[in-house]
Order: sequence, then C-alpha cells, then structure tokens
Amino acid sequence: MDNELASRIQRSSLAETNKNGGTLSGWGRIGAPGREVFSEDLERATREAVLCRGLGRSYGDSALPPPSHPVVLTTTLADRLLGFDESTGVLTAEAGVSIDQLNRRLLPRGWFVPVTPGTQFVTLGGAVAADVHGKNHHVAGCFGEHVRALKMRLANAEIVIASPTELPDLFWATIGGMGLTGHILEVELRMQRVRSPWIREETWRVKDIDAYIESLKVAAGRFPFTVGWIDCLSRGSSLGRGILMAGDWADPSEAPARYPKPLPTITMPIELPSFVLGRPSVQAFNFGFYWKHLPKHRERITHWQPFFYPLDMIRHWNRMYGPRGFTQYQCVLPDSASYGGARRVLEELTRRGGASFLCVIKDCGPEGHGLLSFPLKGISIALDIAVRDDTQALVDALNEKVIAEGGRIYLAKDRFTRPEHFRAMEPRLDRFLSVRRKWDPELKIRSAQSVRLFGDPA
Amino acid sequence: VKAVVLGATSGMGRALARRMAARGDVLYLLGIGENDLSKSAADLAVDGAPPAGYAECDLGSPNSFGAALDKAERALGGLDAVIVTAGIFATQEALEADPALTEKLLDIDFTGTILFCEEARKRLLARRGGTLAVWSSVAGERGRKPVVLYGAAKAGITHYLEGLDHKFRGDGLKVVCVKPGFVKTGMTAGLKTPPFAGEADDVARRVLKAIDRGTPVVYAPFAWRPIMAVIRTLPRFVMRRIGF
Repeated sequence: MDNELASRIQRSSLAETNKNGGTLSGWGRIGAPGREVFSEDLERATREAVLCRGLGRSYGDSALPPPSHPVVLTTTLADRLLGFDESTGVLTAEAGVSIDQLNRRLLPRGWFVPVTPGTQFVTLGGAVAADVHGKNHHVAGCFGEHVRALKMRLANAEIVIASPTELPDLFWATIGGMGLTGHILEVELRMQRVRSPWIREETWRVKDIDAYIESLKVAAGRFPFTVGWIDCLSRGSSLGRGILMAGDWADPSEAPARYPKPLPTITMPIELPSFVLGRPSVQAFNFGFYWKHLPKHRERITHWQPFFYPLDMIRHWNRMYGPRGFTQYQCVLPDSASYGGARRVLEELTRRGGASFLCVIKDCGPEGHGLLSFPLKGISIALDIAVRDDTQALVDALNEKVIAEGGRIYLAKDRFTRPEHFRAMEPRLDRFLSVRRKWDPELKIRSAQSVRLFGDPA
Repeated sequence: VKAVVLGATSGMGRALARRMAARGDVLYLLGIGENDLSKSAADLAVDGAPPAGYAECDLGSPNSFGAALDKAERALGGLDAVIVTAGIFATQEALEADPALTEKLLDIDFTGTILFCEEARKRLLARRGGTLAVWSSVAGERGRKPVVLYGAAKAGITHYLEGLDHKFRGDGLKVVCVKPGFVKTGMTAGLKTPPFAGEADDVARRVLKAIDRGTPVVYAPFAWRPIMAVIRTLPRFVMRRIGF
C-alpha cells in the first residue's frame, strides 16, 4: 500500500483511538490513563512514539505512558523471525516476537532462549528493556549478555544498529534501560541448543531461610537452573522455609522419546474479591505447598512448561488479587549482606503483615554490563503484595532495609519506590541518565515510571 | 499444496501462511513492498517450507495481476490454490469525510479483488481446478451503519464468490468465501475491540480447514456464524434503530 494511503488510514484509526480514551495498567492491574496503538510496521509507527510496550508483563508503570501523552505503541504485531542460522544459533527477530512464540517454533527444533523469565509471555523488546534474568542467572547472566545487536529508532528519528562494538554506550544503556533510550525494532541474539525438550528436576524441602540460602549455593554448583519458593508467613525458627527447585535439560537417554505436548491452561475468569486472598487463605496455600512435598528430596523428568513457567498455566492469574491490584516487590541483596540480610528483609515483611501468596528466592551471579541491569552477585527475593492502604509505607520500609543492606530493586516490578530511595540504591543512575540525555536530549522517550523516578517532564 | 498468497505479510494472511508453510505447503508470496515480502519469506523459512519466491502485486494496479500470477505459477511449478487476504479497511466516518479514500477502498476491496480473482480463476480452471479462497467479511452480510461503504464492497465480493462457486464447481474450481468478524490485527488496530474479537491464528486454523475441504463459506471466529444468522433475520425497522 502506498505511504500516503497508509498514513491516511493510520490517521483515521488514530482519531478513533483518541476517542476511546481509557486506562492501561501493568501486570499488577493498577490503572493509569493510557491506551495502546498497534502496528505491524514498527519502523513507521515508532517515528512519533513516546514509549513502546510489549505484552505488558512488567508489573508496575514501566510500560505505561507519561500522563501528558497517554499513548503507547504496542509491538506485539511485529512478530516475524527474520533469520535463524542453525549452525550458530543466531536469531534475528522483530521486537514484538514473544518467548512463547520462540518456544513454540524453535524448541521442537532443539533451540531455547538463552535466558527466560518466569513467564513466556514477554516480547524480545521487553526482555531487552528489562534485561530479564531467569533460573540460570548464576551461570548465564541476564538476557542482554546474549544479545548481539539491536536495531533501534532513536528519539531524533534516526535508525541505527547498536551492539557491544557499534555505539556501545547506547547498547549497554538500552540493555535494562526500560525502553527509555530509543525504540527497539529488531533484536539479534544467540539461542541455546538443548539436549532434549524435557527437564530433569530435583526438589528439596528446606526448613528455614538460612538453610535455604546455603542449599541454593550448593545447588548452583550442580545445576544450571535453580529457584526457590519460600513461605514468608512462617515465623521464628522456620522463617523462610520452602521448596528449592533445581534442574537441567534431560539427557536424551533418560527423556521420553516423544515431544512434550503443549499443556492445557485454565483461565482465571473473574477478578476475585479482595478478601479471598486474605491472610487465612495465603497461609493455607503456603502450608499446603510446603507439606505437599513430603519427602525431603525428589527427582523426576518433567515438562519444560511447568518447570519454567508454572504461573503461565493460569491465564490472567493477576485477577486473583482483586480490584485494587497488586505490586511485586523484588530486590537483590549483595553477598556481603545476604546471610542475615534476607532474614532481616523477611522479618520486616512478616512484622508488617505483608502476606504474600508467592515469594520467590534466587541466587544471582555477577552484575551484567547493562547500565541499569538489576541483578548483582547475591540473593534476589520477589514477593507479591496485594495493594492496601498501607502499601506505600510497606514498600518504603522494605526499601530502607534494602538500602541499608546495599541492595537494589527491579524496575520491571516497581510501582511504589520513591525517587530518593531509587537514587540511594543505584550509584549507576547518573551514568545511565547522561547516556540517555546524549541520545535523547529532550527526553521525548519516557514512561510513567521515568516521570515518577527520574523526574522526566510529565 | 502449491499456493499463491496475496497478503501473506500481515494479519490473518501472515498467520495462515505460517500454518501452511509449517505443514510443508510451498507458497509464493504476493504483496506490496520488496522489503516486507522478504521479511515474511524469511519468517516462513525459519521453521517451515521456504516459499518458492515473492513478487510485488498491488490490488490497486490491475495491469500487474496477470504477470504476477504467471511468475508465481512458474516458480511454483504448478498451482493448487490461490488465496487472497489483502485488502484495506477504514472507518465509515473516515470514508464519508474523504471521497478519495472511499474511491481507493472500493478500487482495492471490490474492483481490484475481483479482477485479481478473475485472473486466478482462469489459471486454476486451465489446470482443471483448484481452490480459490478469498477474504470477504461479515461486514458484507447486511447493510449496517458502521460499515456502509466497506460492507458494500465486501457484499459484492461475497456475491461474486457465490456466483463463481455455482458456475464453476462442476469444473473443479472450489471457491471458499472467508467471512471474518472482528479480528485483532494491524488492520483493526486502533478500533475499540468488540466482544467476540478473534485472534488471527484461530481464524487461520479454521480457514485452513475450510480450504482443505473446499467449504464454500467459512465464518471465523465461529461465534460470528450464529450472530450473523440472527442479524440477517432482523427486520429493517430494528436495523435502523440499533448501532450495530
């Protein structure tokens, strides 16, 4: 279709969008004014865009537009794989391709993403912007370490290629830069070959937080994938008891010969009323989850889907937290602090009654090259918190503990951190902001989060 | 299956082409923009049968149809199916405000589409048959307020395809008229998503089944079939009052 016709149609549909104002939210379902426009053609659509959004799985406000320009460009229709070299595993793809699509298309051929977060419903652009990490962080680092190049639309409308050797400052500011340094159009990354599409998993029931951190470290030496769930309602001597999960791709000799069938999912049909996730039910769930694992140690061959993406089995599980939504608090505490640090953060949480349905703990490897990349060598803790009147106070208190321990929080999860707290956690912030200013002096590309945390023009 | 797909680079056409390539069908892509066509060809080749080639073909320029189809037929070394998913959409308001846009839409969605089908039909009949699958729309089912002009073009396509089916089925030409409801694609991006909105891949799955079986009319997603059955029976005084 010729350009003039295309832009005429685009104008008419934009006018339509502007009429249907509305609210948009992150995965935590705390709404803000905003609406999405979609396009298959990112090169055309990013010219005017203020922010790109992928599948909206960041929990807080990082994929929400600034208040004065309440429109985001959603990239999910740009979902083509542009080239895949089976001899090297190098894949080039449009930014809207999701890990779910890669798993469906490339895992049957023996290839998996080098790093995956706990949901497969994230786009490559989003994975780069948040520099996501996964169960293999202790051996593989973050997603960005496996990215070879990015095709980007800059704020000045230029299209460039950024890589560790071309425009490296832009490249490393974009890895973990929350989409604020330019719009990601295409991603070139190296996929990982797997031995079989099955997982050999070992799990342990662990009695408290200190034993937990110890066993995570031990497991890290033996397995490429480790993660743990902890019960953050238990107190005293059993504070932080939980289940430790570790695994690796199974050897073809021990795996079933057939390809694992896609598993059915169920959908959370409605928003649950707030009281459903009150303390008693969270307690019951945590108790059950812990004691369901009766033997101290278990070993089995399992499907990759529940191993990597247990929550993806329930579509729209975020509706569970009721009409006020929820936030996820994720922090990482450096090794120097970890031993007592994790206990102190959990104690603060239980003291304030921050009942969390899910609490996930993971040991991280060394800090990556992304200027704002989240993980550092230490222990990461993530917990969901249903929004209540005192959520801001709870996050403030947790942040103060984290600052005292020398840790930091994950922007992709955040909705409540105060700018002064973020600055106190993030000595790299000024470096990031100066690179960003170099490429976007007018701060055209921004988000609700960057307005809140970095003081961008609203 | 050796098939020509006009419009395989985007939306439902992209989803259908992926399903076909994945099961081993060899495609020849027609569409607009070398760059866009090459990207789609690469996408299909990653995990499916690589397309036999691609060429530019614009529904707005009927003189290009014959040559494009000849080229495709040569590259494929045969022709079992021609699939037409290309087309444009604009809102009724935009069309009313812009007669040039209306002319363009009618040119592409009605005149161009039918002239292209005529060329395809001749080639398929010369090979003693095959399948011609063409995107019409539920918008062509009934004169309706939000789609007066677009619906008129699509109604024309629906009638044309029905006529072809009656006239040539005996000669081996299977005509499939695809009637999607609202499907979330680049074409409808920006419109408010109504209830029963479909996903491109679900539509592709249903349409591919219809193509394999030569089903003359297919609604997708399925929900639109009973909805349209009701809409067709509503008396005029009701249609005048509702906004649908």
